[in-house]
Amino acid sequence: MNINETVTDKLVVNENWCKGCGICVKFCPKNVLKIENEKVKIVDIDKCIQCGLCELRCPDYAIYVRGK
Amino acid sequence: MPSEIVNKYFRTNKLPQIWCPGCGHGIITRAITVAIDKLGLDRDKICIVSGIGCSSRAPGYMDFDTLHTTHGRALAFATGIKMANPELKVIVITGDGDATAIGGNHLIHACRRNIDITTIIYNNNIYGMTGGQYSPTTPKFDKGTTVPYGNVDKAFDIPALAIAAGATYVGRSTAYHTQLLISLIENGIKNEGFSLIEAISVCPTYYGRKNKKGSAVEMLEWQKEHAVNIAAASKMTPESLDGKFLIGEFKNSPEPEYTREYQKIIDRLKKE
Ligand SMILES: Cc1ncc(C[n+]2csc(CCOP(=O)(O)OP(=O)(O)O)c2C)c(N)n1
Ligand code: SF4
Ligand code: SF4
Ligand code: SF4
Ligand SMILES: [Mg+2]
Repeated sequence: MNINETVTDKLVVNENWCKGCGICVKFCPKNVLKIENEKVKIVDIDKCIQCGLCELRCPDYAIYVRGK
Repeated sequence: MPSEIVNKYFRTNKLPQIWCPGCGHGIITRAITVAIDKLGLDRDKICIVSGIGCSSRAPGYMDFDTLHTTHGRALAFATGIKMANPELKVIVITGDGDATAIGGNHLIHACRRNIDITTIIYNNNIYGMTGGQYSPTTPKFDKGTTVPYGNVDKAFDIPALAIAAGATYVGRSTAYHTQLLISLIENGIKNEGFSLIEAISVCPTYYGRKNKKGSAVEMLEWQKEHAVNIAAASKMTPESLDGKFLIGEFKNSPEPEYTREYQKIIDRLKKE
Protein backbone atom coordinates (compact mmCIF):
# COMPACT_ATOMS: atom_id res chain seq x y z
CA MET A 1 0.00 0.00 0.00
CA ASN A 2 1.39 3.30 -1.11
CA ILE A 3 0.56 5.91 1.51
CA ASN A 4 1.88 9.40 2.07
CA GLU A 5 -0.31 10.96 4.70
CA THR A 6 -0.93 14.27 6.38
CA VAL A 7 -2.51 13.55 9.74
CA THR A 8 -4.14 16.28 11.84
CA ASP A 9 -6.46 16.01 14.85
CA LYS A 10 -9.48 16.45 12.62
CA LEU A 11 -8.59 15.20 9.16
CA VAL A 12 -6.37 12.73 7.36
CA VAL A 13 -5.22 13.33 3.79
CA ASN A 14 -3.49 10.71 1.66
CA GLU A 15 -1.60 12.59 -1.05
CA ASN A 16 -0.81 9.42 -2.97
CA TRP A 17 -4.45 8.57 -3.57
CA CYS A 18 -5.56 12.17 -4.23
CA LYS A 19 -6.08 12.92 -7.93
CA GLY A 20 -6.58 16.64 -7.41
CA CYS A 21 -10.15 16.72 -8.73
CA GLY A 22 -11.13 19.55 -6.36
CA ILE A 23 -14.49 18.05 -5.33
CA CYS A 24 -13.70 18.19 -1.60
CA VAL A 25 -12.44 21.77 -1.95
CA LYS A 26 -15.59 22.98 -3.71
CA PHE A 27 -18.14 21.37 -1.40
CA CYS A 28 -16.39 21.98 1.94
CA PRO A 29 -18.73 24.44 3.69
CA LYS A 30 -15.86 26.06 5.62
CA ASN A 31 -13.16 26.56 2.96
CA VAL A 32 -10.69 24.39 4.82
CA LEU A 33 -9.03 22.98 1.71
CA LYS A 34 -7.32 24.00 -1.50
CA ILE A 35 -5.53 22.38 -4.43
CA GLU A 36 -1.80 22.90 -4.73
CA ASN A 37 0.36 21.14 -7.31
CA GLU A 38 -2.60 18.95 -8.25
CA LYS A 39 -3.08 17.65 -4.72
CA VAL A 40 -5.41 18.60 -1.91
CA LYS A 41 -3.94 20.70 0.86
CA ILE A 42 -5.30 21.74 4.24
CA VAL A 43 -5.17 25.52 4.52
CA ASP A 44 -7.14 26.22 7.70
CA ILE A 45 -7.72 23.20 9.92
CA ASP A 46 -9.15 25.39 12.72
CA LYS A 47 -12.22 26.07 10.60
CA CYS A 48 -12.95 22.38 9.99
CA ILE A 49 -16.21 21.28 11.64
CA GLN A 50 -15.67 17.60 10.79
CA CYS A 51 -18.93 17.50 8.84
CA GLY A 52 -17.51 14.72 6.68
CA LEU A 53 -18.72 16.12 3.35
CA CYS A 54 -15.22 15.90 1.89
CA GLU A 55 -15.02 12.22 2.85
CA LEU A 56 -18.54 11.55 1.53
CA ARG A 57 -17.74 12.82 -1.96
CA CYS A 58 -14.04 12.13 -2.43
CA PRO A 59 -14.02 9.62 -5.33
CA ASP A 60 -10.59 8.36 -4.28
CA TYR A 61 -10.98 7.99 -0.49
CA ALA A 62 -7.99 10.29 -0.07
CA ILE A 63 -9.47 12.46 2.68
CA TYR A 64 -11.39 11.55 5.80
CA VAL A 65 -12.50 12.80 9.17
CA ARG A 66 -10.54 11.48 12.10
CA GLY A 67 -11.87 10.09 15.36
CA LYS A 68 -15.54 10.24 14.44
CA MET B 1 -4.16 4.12 7.21
CA PRO B 2 -7.25 4.59 5.07
CA SER B 3 -10.54 5.45 6.78
CA GLU B 4 -12.31 2.77 8.79
CA ILE B 5 -14.96 2.17 6.13
CA VAL B 6 -12.40 1.93 3.32
CA ASN B 7 -10.15 -0.32 5.36
CA LYS B 8 -13.06 -2.59 6.18
CA TYR B 9 -14.71 -2.93 2.77
CA PHE B 10 -12.09 -2.23 0.10
CA ARG B 11 -9.15 -4.17 -1.32
CA THR B 12 -6.88 -1.33 -0.30
CA ASN B 13 -3.87 -2.82 -2.08
CA LYS B 14 -5.75 -2.18 -5.35
CA LEU B 15 -6.36 1.53 -4.59
CA PRO B 16 -6.39 4.17 -5.95
CA GLN B 17 -8.79 3.01 -8.62
CA ILE B 18 -7.98 3.25 -12.31
CA TRP B 19 -10.82 5.80 -12.78
CA CYS B 20 -10.09 9.33 -14.03
CA PRO B 21 -9.76 12.25 -11.58
CA GLY B 22 -13.25 13.30 -10.43
CA CYS B 23 -15.02 10.24 -11.86
CA GLY B 24 -18.32 9.90 -9.99
CA HIS B 25 -18.03 6.11 -9.89
CA GLY B 26 -15.76 6.27 -6.81
CA ILE B 27 -18.33 8.28 -4.86
CA ILE B 28 -21.09 5.78 -5.65
CA THR B 29 -18.91 2.77 -4.80
CA ARG B 30 -18.14 4.12 -1.34
CA ALA B 31 -21.84 4.90 -0.84
CA ILE B 32 -22.67 1.23 -1.44
CA THR B 33 -20.23 0.12 1.27
CA VAL B 34 -21.67 2.67 3.71
CA ALA B 35 -25.18 1.32 3.05
CA ILE B 36 -23.97 -2.25 3.63
CA ASP B 37 -22.25 -1.16 6.83
CA LYS B 38 -25.36 0.61 8.12
CA LEU B 39 -27.42 -2.51 7.53
CA GLY B 40 -24.90 -4.57 9.51
CA LEU B 41 -25.01 -7.36 6.94
CA ASP B 42 -22.80 -10.44 7.19
CA ARG B 43 -20.29 -9.82 4.41
CA ASP B 44 -19.92 -13.55 3.77
CA LYS B 45 -23.56 -13.59 2.74
CA ILE B 46 -23.11 -10.87 0.13
CA CYS B 47 -22.15 -11.38 -3.48
CA ILE B 48 -21.45 -8.41 -5.74
CA VAL B 49 -21.71 -8.97 -9.48
CA SER B 50 -20.87 -6.67 -12.39
CA GLY B 51 -20.72 -6.66 -16.19
CA ILE B 52 -18.23 -4.68 -18.26
CA GLY B 53 -17.48 -0.95 -18.24
CA CYS B 54 -15.72 1.59 -16.04
CA SER B 55 -18.62 1.17 -13.60
CA SER B 56 -18.40 -2.59 -13.70
CA ARG B 57 -14.81 -2.40 -12.47
CA ALA B 58 -16.06 -1.31 -9.05
CA PRO B 59 -16.42 -4.78 -7.48
CA GLY B 60 -12.74 -5.40 -8.21
CA TYR B 61 -11.96 -2.86 -5.52
CA MET B 62 -14.51 -4.18 -3.04
CA ASP B 63 -13.55 -6.79 -0.45
CA PHE B 64 -16.52 -9.15 -0.78
CA ASP B 65 -17.21 -12.24 -2.84
CA THR B 66 -17.33 -10.54 -6.22
CA LEU B 67 -17.84 -11.62 -9.80
CA HIS B 68 -16.84 -9.58 -12.85
CA THR B 69 -18.78 -11.10 -15.74
CA THR B 70 -19.37 -10.31 -19.43
CA HIS B 71 -20.87 -7.20 -21.00
CA GLY B 72 -24.57 -6.86 -20.27
CA ARG B 73 -24.83 -10.20 -18.47
CA ALA B 74 -24.37 -9.26 -14.82
CA LEU B 75 -28.05 -9.87 -14.09
CA ALA B 76 -28.00 -13.25 -15.80
CA PHE B 77 -25.06 -14.38 -13.63
CA ALA B 78 -26.64 -12.78 -10.56
CA THR B 79 -29.88 -14.66 -11.21
CA GLY B 80 -27.96 -17.92 -11.30
CA ILE B 81 -26.19 -17.11 -8.04
CA LYS B 82 -29.42 -16.18 -6.29
CA MET B 83 -31.22 -19.31 -7.56
CA ALA B 84 -28.35 -21.55 -6.44
CA ASN B 85 -28.09 -19.90 -3.05
CA PRO B 86 -31.17 -17.85 -2.11
CA GLU B 87 -29.57 -17.06 1.28
CA LEU B 88 -27.20 -14.60 -0.37
CA LYS B 89 -27.77 -10.88 -0.69
CA VAL B 90 -26.91 -10.32 -4.32
CA ILE B 91 -25.92 -6.84 -5.45
CA VAL B 92 -25.35 -5.94 -9.10
CA ILE B 93 -23.17 -3.01 -10.13
CA THR B 94 -23.62 -2.01 -13.75
CA GLY B 95 -23.46 0.94 -16.14
CA ASP B 96 -26.05 2.63 -18.33
CA GLY B 97 -24.61 0.84 -21.36
CA ASP B 98 -24.17 -2.49 -19.60
CA ALA B 99 -27.67 -2.48 -18.09
CA THR B 100 -29.86 -0.70 -20.63
CA ALA B 101 -28.19 -1.33 -24.01
CA ILE B 102 -26.61 -4.79 -24.39
CA GLY B 103 -28.17 -5.96 -21.10
CA GLY B 104 -31.56 -4.32 -21.52
CA ASN B 105 -33.48 -7.54 -21.96
CA HIS B 106 -31.96 -9.10 -18.84
CA LEU B 107 -32.90 -5.95 -16.96
CA ILE B 108 -36.60 -5.94 -17.82
CA HIS B 109 -36.97 -9.65 -17.11
CA ALA B 110 -35.20 -9.42 -13.75
CA CYS B 111 -37.63 -6.60 -12.88
CA ARG B 112 -40.58 -8.70 -14.02
CA ARG B 113 -39.53 -11.70 -11.95
CA ASN B 114 -39.04 -9.69 -8.80
CA ILE B 115 -35.96 -11.75 -7.93
CA ASP B 116 -34.21 -10.51 -4.77
CA ILE B 117 -31.31 -8.64 -6.38
CA THR B 118 -30.37 -5.02 -5.72
CA THR B 119 -29.10 -3.39 -8.88
CA ILE B 120 -27.24 -0.10 -8.85
CA ILE B 121 -26.86 1.48 -12.28
CA TYR B 122 -23.99 3.97 -12.47
CA ASN B 123 -25.46 6.23 -15.13
CA ASN B 124 -22.93 8.58 -16.69
CA ASN B 125 -24.98 8.95 -19.92
CA ILE B 126 -22.20 7.44 -22.06
CA TYR B 127 -19.98 4.42 -22.70
CA GLY B 128 -17.03 5.63 -20.67
CA MET B 129 -14.72 2.66 -20.99
CA THR B 130 -14.70 2.43 -24.77
CA GLY B 131 -14.23 6.12 -25.47
CA GLY B 132 -17.50 8.02 -25.26
CA GLN B 133 -20.00 6.31 -27.56
CA TYR B 134 -23.59 7.38 -26.90
CA SER B 135 -25.76 5.13 -24.76
CA PRO B 136 -29.51 4.67 -24.30
CA THR B 137 -29.38 7.36 -21.59
CA THR B 138 -27.50 10.01 -23.58
CA PRO B 139 -29.89 12.98 -23.62
CA LYS B 140 -31.41 13.96 -26.95
CA PHE B 141 -29.12 16.26 -29.00
CA ASP B 142 -26.10 15.59 -26.77
CA LYS B 143 -22.86 14.43 -28.36
CA GLY B 144 -20.75 11.30 -28.22
CA THR B 145 -18.07 9.76 -30.45
CA THR B 146 -20.76 7.90 -32.40
CA VAL B 147 -23.09 10.94 -32.52
CA PRO B 148 -20.66 13.76 -33.36
CA TYR B 149 -23.48 16.04 -34.57
CA GLY B 150 -25.91 15.25 -31.76
CA ASN B 151 -28.01 12.27 -30.75
CA VAL B 152 -31.53 12.04 -32.14
CA ASP B 153 -32.62 9.06 -30.02
CA LYS B 154 -34.89 9.63 -27.04
CA ALA B 155 -33.20 8.66 -23.77
CA PHE B 156 -34.51 5.96 -21.45
CA ASP B 157 -35.89 7.08 -18.12
CA ILE B 158 -34.41 4.17 -16.14
CA PRO B 159 -36.73 4.31 -13.08
CA ALA B 160 -39.82 4.55 -15.32
CA LEU B 161 -38.57 1.56 -17.31
CA ALA B 162 -37.99 -0.48 -14.13
CA ILE B 163 -41.38 0.41 -12.68
CA ALA B 164 -43.16 -0.51 -15.92
CA ALA B 165 -41.27 -3.81 -16.02
CA GLY B 166 -42.30 -4.71 -12.45
CA ALA B 167 -39.41 -3.88 -10.10
CA THR B 168 -40.75 -3.53 -6.56
CA TYR B 169 -38.26 -0.94 -5.25
CA VAL B 170 -37.10 1.91 -7.47
CA GLY B 171 -35.19 5.09 -6.73
CA ARG B 172 -32.79 7.60 -8.20
CA SER B 173 -30.09 9.76 -6.74
CA THR B 174 -26.86 11.36 -7.89
CA ALA B 175 -23.20 11.27 -6.94
CA TYR B 176 -23.70 14.75 -5.46
CA HIS B 177 -26.73 13.66 -3.36
CA THR B 178 -24.68 10.99 -1.66
CA GLN B 179 -26.64 10.72 1.61
CA LEU B 180 -29.88 10.15 -0.28
CA LEU B 181 -28.08 7.59 -2.44
CA ILE B 182 -26.92 5.69 0.65
CA SER B 183 -30.44 5.55 2.08
CA LEU B 184 -31.95 4.38 -1.24
CA ILE B 185 -29.36 1.59 -1.46
CA GLU B 186 -30.11 0.59 2.14
CA ASN B 187 -33.84 0.43 1.46
CA GLY B 188 -33.27 -1.33 -1.84
CA ILE B 189 -31.22 -4.05 -0.14
CA LYS B 190 -33.90 -4.37 2.55
CA ASN B 191 -36.60 -4.94 -0.06
CA GLU B 192 -36.94 -8.68 -0.65
CA GLY B 193 -37.45 -8.48 -4.38
CA PHE B 194 -35.94 -6.69 -7.34
CA SER B 195 -34.64 -3.25 -6.41
CA LEU B 196 -33.24 -0.80 -8.86
CA ILE B 197 -31.35 2.33 -7.90
CA GLU B 198 -30.20 4.68 -10.61
CA ALA B 199 -27.10 6.50 -9.38
CA ILE B 200 -26.38 9.40 -11.71
CA SER B 201 -22.61 9.58 -12.01
CA VAL B 202 -20.29 11.99 -13.77
CA CYS B 203 -17.83 11.16 -16.55
CA PRO B 204 -15.82 14.35 -16.97
CA THR B 205 -13.47 12.67 -19.46
CA TYR B 206 -15.99 11.72 -22.16
CA TYR B 207 -19.55 12.86 -21.52
CA GLY B 208 -18.37 16.04 -19.86
CA ARG B 209 -15.76 16.96 -22.45
CA LYS B 210 -17.87 16.10 -25.49
CA ASN B 211 -20.76 18.17 -24.19
CA LYS B 212 -18.80 21.08 -22.69
CA LYS B 213 -20.11 20.34 -19.21
CA GLY B 214 -16.91 21.45 -17.54
CA SER B 215 -14.95 19.76 -14.78
CA ALA B 216 -16.17 17.06 -12.40
CA VAL B 217 -16.85 19.82 -9.87
CA GLU B 218 -19.05 21.71 -12.35
CA MET B 219 -20.88 18.53 -13.30
CA LEU B 220 -21.66 17.83 -9.61
CA GLU B 221 -22.82 21.42 -9.18
CA TRP B 222 -25.17 20.87 -12.10
CA GLN B 223 -26.62 17.84 -10.29
CA LYS B 224 -27.06 19.90 -7.15
CA GLU B 225 -28.91 22.64 -9.03
CA HIS B 226 -31.12 20.51 -11.27
CA ALA B 227 -32.27 17.62 -9.07
CA VAL B 228 -35.56 17.94 -7.20
CA ASN B 229 -36.71 15.42 -4.64
CA ILE B 230 -39.99 13.80 -5.61
CA ALA B 231 -41.38 14.68 -2.18
CA ALA B 232 -40.82 18.39 -2.84
CA ALA B 233 -41.83 18.23 -6.51
CA SER B 234 -45.48 17.55 -5.72
CA LYS B 235 -45.72 21.00 -4.15
CA MET B 236 -44.00 22.79 -7.02
CA THR B 237 -45.47 24.42 -10.13
CA PRO B 238 -44.79 22.84 -13.54
CA GLU B 239 -42.86 25.98 -14.54
CA SER B 240 -40.48 25.72 -11.60
CA LEU B 241 -39.83 22.07 -12.52
CA ASP B 242 -38.90 22.97 -16.07
CA GLY B 243 -35.44 21.61 -16.93
CA LYS B 244 -35.22 19.77 -13.61
CA PHE B 245 -35.10 16.02 -12.95
CA LEU B 246 -36.50 14.00 -10.06
CA ILE B 247 -34.58 12.09 -7.42
CA GLY B 248 -35.81 10.12 -4.41
CA GLU B 249 -37.79 6.95 -3.75
CA PHE B 250 -40.15 6.36 -6.67
CA LYS B 251 -41.60 2.98 -5.74
CA ASN B 252 -41.57 0.78 -2.66
CA SER B 253 -44.25 -1.90 -2.84
CA PRO B 254 -43.12 -5.41 -1.93
CA GLU B 255 -44.54 -8.41 -3.79
CA PRO B 256 -43.81 -12.18 -3.54
CA GLU B 257 -40.16 -12.86 -4.32
CA TYR B 258 -39.07 -15.16 -7.15
CA THR B 259 -36.81 -17.69 -5.37
CA ARG B 260 -39.38 -18.11 -2.59
CA GLU B 261 -42.17 -18.70 -5.08
CA TYR B 262 -39.94 -21.19 -6.88
CA GLN B 263 -39.20 -23.00 -3.62
CA LYS B 264 -42.92 -23.25 -2.89
CA ILE B 265 -43.41 -25.21 -6.10
CA ILE B 266 -40.52 -27.53 -5.22
CA ASP B 267 -42.01 -28.09 -1.75
CA ARG B 268 -45.46 -28.73 -3.17
CA LEU B 269 -44.21 -31.25 -5.72
CA LYS B 270 -42.19 -33.08 -3.05
CA LYS B 271 -45.38 -33.62 -1.06
CA GLU B 272 -47.43 -34.86 -4.01
C1 LIG C 1 -19.93 -8.22 -26.07
C2 LIG C 1 -19.19 -6.93 -25.93
N1 LIG C 1 -19.51 -5.90 -26.71
C3 LIG C 1 -18.87 -4.71 -26.56
C4 LIG C 1 -17.89 -4.58 -25.64
C5 LIG C 1 -17.15 -3.25 -25.51
N2 LIG C 1 -17.57 -2.48 -24.35
C6 LIG C 1 -16.86 -2.53 -23.19
S1 LIG C 1 -17.47 -1.52 -22.01
C7 LIG C 1 -18.70 -0.98 -23.05
C8 LIG C 1 -19.69 0.07 -22.63
C9 LIG C 1 -19.76 0.32 -21.17
O1 LIG C 1 -20.63 1.37 -20.91
P1 LIG C 1 -21.31 1.53 -19.52
O2 LIG C 1 -21.97 0.28 -19.09
O3 LIG C 1 -22.19 2.73 -19.58
O4 LIG C 1 -20.10 1.74 -18.51
P2 LIG C 1 -19.17 3.01 -18.22
O5 LIG C 1 -17.84 2.66 -18.82
O6 LIG C 1 -19.78 4.20 -18.87
O7 LIG C 1 -19.13 3.12 -16.74
C10 LIG C 1 -18.61 -1.61 -24.31
C11 LIG C 1 -19.52 -1.33 -25.43
C12 LIG C 1 -17.58 -5.68 -24.81
N3 LIG C 1 -16.65 -5.61 -23.84
N4 LIG C 1 -18.25 -6.84 -24.98
S1 SF4 D 1 -14.94 17.73 7.37
FE1 SF4 D 1 -16.30 19.32 6.55
S2 SF4 D 1 -15.41 21.24 7.23
FE2 SF4 D 1 -13.82 19.70 7.50
S3 SF4 D 1 -12.62 19.78 5.59
FE3 SF4 D 1 -14.17 18.19 5.33
S4 SF4 D 1 -15.88 19.24 4.34
FE4 SF4 D 1 -14.55 20.84 5.22
S1 SF4 E 1 -11.95 14.96 -3.55
FE1 SF4 E 1 -10.36 13.47 -3.01
S2 SF4 E 1 -9.20 13.14 -4.90
FE2 SF4 E 1 -10.42 15.01 -5.19
S3 SF4 E 1 -9.04 16.68 -4.56
FE3 SF4 E 1 -10.21 16.11 -2.75
S4 SF4 E 1 -8.94 14.57 -1.69
FE4 SF4 E 1 -8.14 14.77 -3.77
S1 SF4 F 1 -13.85 7.42 -18.79
FE1 SF4 F 1 -15.48 8.44 -17.63
S2 SF4 F 1 -16.53 6.76 -16.53
FE2 SF4 F 1 -14.53 5.97 -17.20
S3 SF4 F 1 -13.13 6.35 -15.47
FE3 SF4 F 1 -12.94 8.10 -16.84
S4 SF4 F 1 -14.41 9.60 -16.02
FE4 SF4 F 1 -14.95 7.61 -15.16
MG1 LIG G 1 -21.85 4.62 -18.85
